Amino acid sequence: MTEREAQATGRGAASRRAVLSTGVGAGLAAATAGAVYAGSRAGAAASGSSGADSMAAPAGEDMSAAVPFRGVHQAGIVTPAQDRMHFVALDVVPGTTREELTALLRAWTKATERMTLGAEAAPGGVAGGNPLAAPADTGEAMGLPASGLTMTIGFGPSLFDDRFGLADRRPEALIELPAFRGDALRPERSGGDMALQACAHDPQVAVHAIRNLVRIGAGTVSVRWSQLGFGRTSSTSTSQATPRNLFGYKDGTNNLKAEDPELLERHVWVQPDDVPGAAAWLAGGSYLVARRIRMHIEVWDRTSLQEQDATFGRRKLKGEPMGGSEEFDEPDFAALGSDGEPAIPRDSHVFLAHASQLDGIRILRRGYNFTDGTDGLGRLDAGLFFIAFMRDAHAQFVPMQRALAAKDRLNEYIVHDGSALFACPPGIDPDVPSDFWGRALFT
Amino acid sequence: MRTRATTVLLAPLLVVALGACTQAKSAGGSAITVDASDDACTMSTSTTTTGDREFRITNTGTKVTEFYVLTEDGMVVSEVENLTPGMTRSLHVTLKRPGAYKGNCKPGMVGDGIDAALAVTGDTITTDTDPKLEAAAGEYQAWVSAQADELLIRTAEFVAAVKAKDVAQAKSLYAVARAPWERIEPVAESFGDLDPAIDGREDVIAEGLEFTGFHRLEKDLWVDGLQADSDAIADRLLADVTTIVEKSKAADLDGLKIANGAKELLDEMATGKITGEEDRYSHTDLHDFAANWEGSKKGMEVLKPILTDRNQLLVADYNQAATTLDGLIAAQREGEGYRLYTDVPQAEIKALSDALTAVGEQVGRVGAALATQ
Repeated sequence: MTEREAQATGRGAASRRAVLSTGVGAGLAAATAGAVYAGSRAGAAASGSSGADSMAAPAGEDMSAAVPFRGVHQAGIVTPAQDRMHFVALDVVPGTTREELTALLRAWTKATERMTLGAEAAPGGVAGGNPLAAPADTGEAMGLPASGLTMTIGFGPSLFDDRFGLADRRPEALIELPAFRGDALRPERSGGDMALQACAHDPQVAVHAIRNLVRIGAGTVSVRWSQLGFGRTSSTSTSQATPRNLFGYKDGTNNLKAEDPELLERHVWVQPDDVPGAAAWLAGGSYLVARRIRMHIEVWDRTSLQEQDATFGRRKLKGEPMGGSEEFDEPDFAALGSDGEPAIPRDSHVFLAHASQLDGIRILRRGYNFTDGTDGLGRLDAGLFFIAFMRDAHAQFVPMQRALAAKDRLNEYIVHDGSALFACPPGIDPDVPSDFWGRALFT
Repeated sequence: MRTRATTVLLAPLLVVALGACTQAKSAGGSAITVDASDDACTMSTSTTTTGDREFRITNTGTKVTEFYVLTEDGMVVSEVENLTPGMTRSLHVTLKRPGAYKGNCKPGMVGDGIDAALAVTGDTITTDTDPKLEAAAGEYQAWVSAQADELLIRTAEFVAAVKAKDVAQAKSLYAVARAPWERIEPVAESFGDLDPAIDGREDVIAEGLEFTGFHRLEKDLWVDGLQADSDAIADRLLADVTTIVEKSKAADLDGLKIANGAKELLDEMATGKITGEEDRYSHTDLHDFAANWEGSKKGMEVLKPILTDRNQLLVADYNQAATTLDGLIAAQREGEGYRLYTDVPQAEIKALSDALTAVGEQVGRVGAALATQ
């Protein structure tokens, strides 16, 4: 806990510094700037441009800075996992045409690029517009920096039915996930034609981004379900410490990391050969699997430490694999305990999810802890909103989840009640100003 | 179902942006040039006169920039976005009133940007009141009046059935009597204290009021059976309705009030009707839902001739969203009326809610469009 507290304190200090220093920068740049009008939400604190160079905090630690929106791949996948998330799955409203959907994707891209910079969703959006009109930006992020906001879009298998003429463009691997043993999926928490994942270091920034895009989509898309995540459970960069899930464990220590592009190409990014012909739009993209994993929190909490450790196959305090001594020690599945049994139980999470047990399969985990209040019986409605990115969900997630669903000791303490699969297109081309999400798919 | 892609373009109140990036249009005098660099915003002049003006902005910096024309207190008169380095674009603006304005360049698209003062002199450009607006107000007023007459007639029939202890007849007239009320609710509601007496729900008791009106009789008819004071409640309902009908017929309406009323009716549907809380004993909520919608549509219908002149795209967007909602409501018809709300599947309620949101976003643009000429 003290580590987390220290982290939080450091973060607060960093952002205050950023605001102070950039406040000075902005003042120098525009000595005559009017006090009333502020087109960006938080002066230059948000930007990678005007004021960033004067920031006191080093780049890697600055929680207020902007993450580039454009690039070869979409942001929000290998971007070092931000602390907060708002995820929304949407269905296209019946009767919508392909042209209308394309227009929405353009409008979304434009508003998103602005918001990721820390700007309002539209120029003068909060209070610069006609007083008789509803403001174009809902305003709750005014004054907040970009906060590392990333928005990632994905298209679900259902989008490729006969509504929009996209059937022939559906990549072969974009088909619904099969049922797994123990699933208790609820339709109202599953599926969707499209998904938007907003991640940021400030929850208000993430919620603002989703809220404004949903509003822009009124009449064209309808929210199917959404999920808030309050704390990252994965590290996607070697610069990040492995966080804990709500069971108190460091899970996903062996996650794929941004610093290993070769492994990312092999396990995360869809390769041109994977998507020949009309499905080529997905090259450079990735598949997103989302699973809402409800944890039986109270049951877990009264379980002995020994059983908890054996369930994960790691020790709780430092996260080292059983039989090892440090978190990043490679698990030694051959080691035996004093009782002559494998030190790492064969039904433990770390054993079953390890690449060595899955023919080398790996995925990029990027999930979030969630709490949706209590369940009506006074029990926490909480768990892990599992998000993972991969090159082919059916070749990677499905065998992994089959193995876990069949044997994982953790199943006594969890239940999967939501599930979805989306194909995330590649990034927005920095050299094509008019580029938009899904351009290669829709044009 | 057209997207809101177009709606982020705000129609300024005082001025009209004639469009960015169009071919040069003869504005009064030559264009004001703007040199927008990474650290300066230099305009070729700091004074101009009211009327149509063209700004020609060149991004001489290294970052993507924006250029705004702002009023002194920071309201956006017009703007042009996404000027990449080296790009020149035109912005046509009608400056309607003299005063202090400012240009504002925003390198990198964030931050407060860099101001350049612009003093505007000359006469205010006035526009005559649109005669179509007066015609619209007149037409709406006449319709409200007719609905008010209908409300009085139907309420009298309902009250008569209650007093005759004819429960079946009273039940069949309940939703019918409420329909004209729901159509003109914003007008009627503007007469304050009578609204809770006529349309209050049981929770008005918490505010120290007596539970009277339509919903008290609804509870008697569907749940408790007629009570000793049901007749008195019925008499009072008719008296209150008579008063509100007189007031509604004399209401002074204008374009903006009609637009606000059209929005309020939708808001009422979204908060009170979609939840099934309005008619919690009879479950005739869809009757009220449809009547609110008819009232909102009527307001938009009378305003359309003006809106068509000013923002054709808004009318097209609205029409499309309205057609969707019309279809969904029509699908709920059953016999003379509508299905009981308790029989409507959740998925269909969600579809109604989505369609309502889409219409509401369009109607929310109407006030500003009316104020723009």
